[in-house]
Amino acid sequence: MSSVPLSLLEAAEDPRRRPPLVLGDNDFASVTEKVCGIVERPRPPLAWYIAFAVSSALTALLVAMLAYLFLAGIGVWGLNIPVGWGFDITNFVFWVGIGHAGTLISAILFLFRQKWRTGINRFAEAMTIFAVICAGMFPAIHTGRPWFDYWLFPYPNQMQVWPNFRSPLIWDVFAVSTYFTVSLMFWYTGMIPDLATLRDRATTRLRRIVYGVLSLGWRGSGRHWHRYERVYLLLAALATPLVLSVHSVVSFDFAVSQLPGWHSTIFPPYFVAGAIFSGFAMVLTLLIPVRSFFHLEELITTRHLENMAKITLATGLIVAYSYGIEFFMAWYSGNPYEKFTLANRALGPYAWAFWIVLFCNVVVPQALWFKRPRTTPWMLVGISILINVGMWFERFVIIVTSLSRDFIPSSWGYYKPTWVELCTLAGSFGLFLTLFLLFLRFGPMIAMAEIKSVMPAAGLERGPHRGHGQYWGEIPHQHERRQEEGQP
Amino acid sequence: MSEPTAATAARAPRTWGLLAEFDTVGALLAALEKVRDAGYVAFDAYAPFPIHGLDESMGIRMSRLPWLVAAGGATGAAAGLLLQWWTNGFDYKYLVSGKPFFGLPAAIPITFELTVLLASLGAFIGLLVANRFPELYHPVLPARGFARATTDGFFISVEARDPAFDAVGTREFLEKLGAKQVEKVED
Repeated sequence: MSSVPLSLLEAAEDPRRRPPLVLGDNDFASVTEKVCGIVERPRPPLAWYIAFAVSSALTALLVAMLAYLFLAGIGVWGLNIPVGWGFDITNFVFWVGIGHAGTLISAILFLFRQKWRTGINRFAEAMTIFAVICAGMFPAIHTGRPWFDYWLFPYPNQMQVWPNFRSPLIWDVFAVSTYFTVSLMFWYTGMIPDLATLRDRATTRLRRIVYGVLSLGWRGSGRHWHRYERVYLLLAALATPLVLSVHSVVSFDFAVSQLPGWHSTIFPPYFVAGAIFSGFAMVLTLLIPVRSFFHLEELITTRHLENMAKITLATGLIVAYSYGIEFFMAWYSGNPYEKFTLANRALGPYAWAFWIVLFCNVVVPQALWFKRPRTTPWMLVGISILINVGMWFERFVIIVTSLSRDFIPSSWGYYKPTWVELCTLAGSFGLFLTLFLLFLRFGPMIAMAEIKSVMPAAGLERGPHRGHGQYWGEIPHQHERRQEEGQP
Repeated sequence: MSEPTAATAARAPRTWGLLAEFDTVGALLAALEKVRDAGYVAFDAYAPFPIHGLDESMGIRMSRLPWLVAAGGATGAAAGLLLQWWTNGFDYKYLVSGKPFFGLPAAIPITFELTVLLASLGAFIGLLVANRFPELYHPVLPARGFARATTDGFFISVEARDPAFDAVGTREFLEKLGAKQVEKVED
């Protein structure tokens, strides 16, 4: 891969000096050219067509599976007493978790002034939206009679009853729908200036109209930028507690119940860390091939990948710690059911899944302590895919082992998914990838306006005023740089 | 500009103002300070990305949008609590697993979500309204070279409705500030 020598070039051997965020001989115009060029090619490359054919075939499979499910009923899945939640809720938690990385990158890293986020935030936010679409589908279809899903919303109805607001399942409805709405607004707000760039470069009437309407008449006015920046900051400040709340509420679905293995106060932070862990792994899985395929190594540098790898490692360690605490608390609580459930997880009929989780989520990420895996794209992709597998199985293990063996041995059971469930899972990946490929084809994949604001030319002439753009080094280095340039 | 069509030919084009292009961020900010200090009020800057320090250079007062966001959040919190108390605790009470009809801890998640939802909607809709979006046509948009304002161009416009505006004097003033080119914008 061509990015290997580049990675040596840009790897910051001197830790006191941060490498620039945009490499190569780029100016504002070339950034626009690189990002818009992808969208403006008359035809996408052949590989895009192949990927799109595969993903839309999988989406068609999903539609077929949903049609079969709606016609035949929930019995086509392997669910029964005692395991009433299987692939459906596993997939839901998995996809919601994937979505968390986008908001973390776009909102939390924004509040922490992590300027490297500008290269990857648009991409990750798009991933959030599409993952939440996939996630939202599963609770909707698992109800058995999905045409009555609107009963979840509090509206005055002829039955004269209201939803039970004391149930975490209703909290989930509010959390996930709020999360989707806010993420969508955040994504769209960030995209308005870039859509205007696409409008101004449009060569066909159709593109000018579509991007013109979508960009709402944005013209880069200073007064607009002023309000835009306030609103962007406020949305980031609102999305930050929101993202932490969403997976906490998802974990309440389990933690508020009385089931051994679920009834645990560690669940909210444990789930949030797991969500960010899996989300970053998914961003890396998708970003690295796209970056290499569209030759974006100068905008999404090895430093970006390395930073993401470090966050993956940090959240992975929190997840590993949580696994340890779960076992410790089971032993320390002295509760025989809790102790049994955890022992059953590790040694019972689903032990194979448990050890996959431990291998993928605890052992594999330790490779990220080393610089070479962090800066070698193919190794990162391999690690990320294993983490994705591990995180899917983590939810499977939590949900299914606790349900399959609870208090009374006479009510134990073993859950096996049917082909319909397997195809539905594959189909959800198809839907996710289809939406993603469409975004790569028609949307600005990299936040051009934000990238430009962290480039040196965006504020360097301002002398003592350190603007967004001054990114090589802290203030002492600025002094050094002046000396290098022969200035006093 | 394109050929005048029947609709535009009906009325004589009116001068909207002047549009001056600058090369760099530094030149734009320095010029803006001079424009502001010269007493112009109906002027604006255009840049492809948010520039640090532009607000001060233009003399923009802090936006009042945060108040709208706060109001949205307060509405969401009140609506969330009221909804849960009224439906489960007052209008139609039913006992589920011995839980209280209305308990504050159990009401927090939905109250929180609605707070964030309405505050965010306030921010987003407030942005659109304050910026008068969607505004698909604006006199500067068809100006020559203005398409670069979303790529790498930096512009200052001074509107004709500004009391200090003078077609000749303002043009000379802008040229003296280092503008690469100054163009008359018609409406």
